[in-house]
Amino acid sequence: MSAVEPLGTCPPHNPLGHTVELGRDRPIRLDCGIEMAPVTVAYQTYGRLNADKTNAILLCHALTGDHYVADPHPITGKPGWWIDLVGPGKVFDTDRYFLICSNVLGGCMGTTGPRDINPATGKPWGQTFPVITIGDMVRVQARLVEYLGIDDLFCVIGGSMGGMQVLEWAASYPDKVFSAIPIATAARHSAQNIAFHEVGRQAIIADPDWMGGNYQEAGLRPHRGLAVARMAAHITYLSETALHRKFGRNLQDRDQVSYGFGADFQVESYLRHQGSTFVDRFDANSYLYITRAMDYFDLAAERDGVLANAFKGTRTRFCVVSFSSDWLFPTPESRAVVHALNAVAANVSFVEVQSDKGHDAFLLDEPEFHATLTGFLEGAAEHRGLRRKGNSQP
Amino acid sequence: MMVIANGNLRVDLKLIADMVEPGSRVLDVGCSDGSLLSWLGRHKNVDGRGIELSMSGVSAAVSQGLSVIQGDADTDLKDYPTGAFDTVILSQTLQATYAPRDVLANMLRIGRRAIVSFPNFGHWRVRVGLALGGRMPVTDTLAYEWYDTPNIHFCTIRDFLVLCRDLGITVEKGIALDREGRVLPFDGQGVLANLLADQGLFVLSRS
Repeated sequence: MSAVEPLGTCPPHNPLGHTVELGRDRPIRLDCGIEMAPVTVAYQTYGRLNADKTNAILLCHALTGDHYVADPHPITGKPGWWIDLVGPGKVFDTDRYFLICSNVLGGCMGTTGPRDINPATGKPWGQTFPVITIGDMVRVQARLVEYLGIDDLFCVIGGSMGGMQVLEWAASYPDKVFSAIPIATAARHSAQNIAFHEVGRQAIIADPDWMGGNYQEAGLRPHRGLAVARMAAHITYLSETALHRKFGRNLQDRDQVSYGFGADFQVESYLRHQGSTFVDRFDANSYLYITRAMDYFDLAAERDGVLANAFKGTRTRFCVVSFSSDWLFPTPESRAVVHALNAVAANVSFVEVQSDKGHDAFLLDEPEFHATLTGFLEGAAEHRGLRRKGNSQP
Repeated sequence: MMVIANGNLRVDLKLIADMVEPGSRVLDVGCSDGSLLSWLGRHKNVDGRGIELSMSGVSAAVSQGLSVIQGDADTDLKDYPTGAFDTVILSQTLQATYAPRDVLANMLRIGRRAIVSFPNFGHWRVRVGLALGGRMPVTDTLAYEWYDTPNIHFCTIRDFLVLCRDLGITVEKGIALDREGRVLPFDGQGVLANLLADQGLFVLSRS
């Protein structure tokens, strides 16, 4: 091990998270060809790394998520996105596992992204930030794991874009991933998904306050465009059934329609709220860059168009999960991953959870989903030789 | 009613389990809640995988740490590479597949050996029921009315043996079972089995 990045001891949980600067002596080469250094990574940990360093789980967050998995969000104050799953005795048992989650490259919650200052120019990166990929995000995560002194991960898990990172990890670092749980995801972004993202990006770009991406220097924020992007995207995260159950055609604070374009319907009011709260915590350029990374993701394309090639010889244990009412990453996308894994005789479990909550189901209270995760992790832990707390037997 | 053997395994499944080599790679097609795979993992250190159609079965299996995918024999066997498993098991499922011939052929492509069990439609009660009663038989082992049965491709033991011959499959062993899954004292491939066995259990291999 060269002395480029000193191996850190794994820091304990801090509600505000941690940051580390990586790559100063060994730049990180991005898919677009640019070498980036240094890269600041904001991350969070839960639980304790065991002596053998065999109990580390990497959680990969989704498009607009961050590393505040089970802590109150520092800006919104809302509970973490998987707070129900993290803690003693929970799905990710912090008495047993060491959890790591980092803000992705290009993000806006502490990891280097377009909002940060480009050291070469002294100005915010803005649109001069390199176009990044899911592979680049994973490359940075791999550096973080290396920095923490962990040779291989017990599990890599994530939903949606987080699931793409899981698949990328399994394909690019097969020896570092003992088990992988890609949830509500796909091995490539579909035309429909790219189309929805393009609507969101064009809403941002059409906002005059975007200023060609240089809004920071002008002291502006394209909040209207970003809010519309969030509204359009939010619809894709829900199912028709879930929307109807929540709002139906109910009116908002009124007995009859107003014959105008105010938020007559509850669903309109809800979406406007979603849009307006989102802009407080998310950067518009980050949204452009991260959606682009998802659009570019196609695990098979880089491997002669054969998805199975991505997993050839894999020894990773996989658990693929989809949700029946998810139309953004529908079950056939997960099934394609399962078929590719079968084609290389990989060790794979696959569950389509029955849920009417749409794509967002992976963030919600779904007992069958949680039972699946617990059972799979339990089985993997047994094969990994991880001991239960208070149990002297492996 | 199926008889439960010790270790909570159905008698017919225990019979199958006894034929599996320790430490081998096994695919259980139509594995239900994974009880056979679980037993094989615990007692024979088998590297087991399963395919199951029902969500409840898949959830139960994965929740106990087994490697099981939601899928079915008709669509999901073709993906596996040739020779991926030592033994492929199909217990009480052949008659519910859309293309039993392709399923059998695929099983013996991806596995060195196959173990197949199915209800025998040649059993005398079935014959009598149809001949004298004039109605499609509903028995303990075939407990569905014709309109709601998942079993769409019934066969007799003889039919099955003819198909194996046509496919060039070697029948290494044939066992006749009663309705509780207990072994009957005659050859599983003979005339008696076709008349008196409620189920047939066969070990097959590539010729």
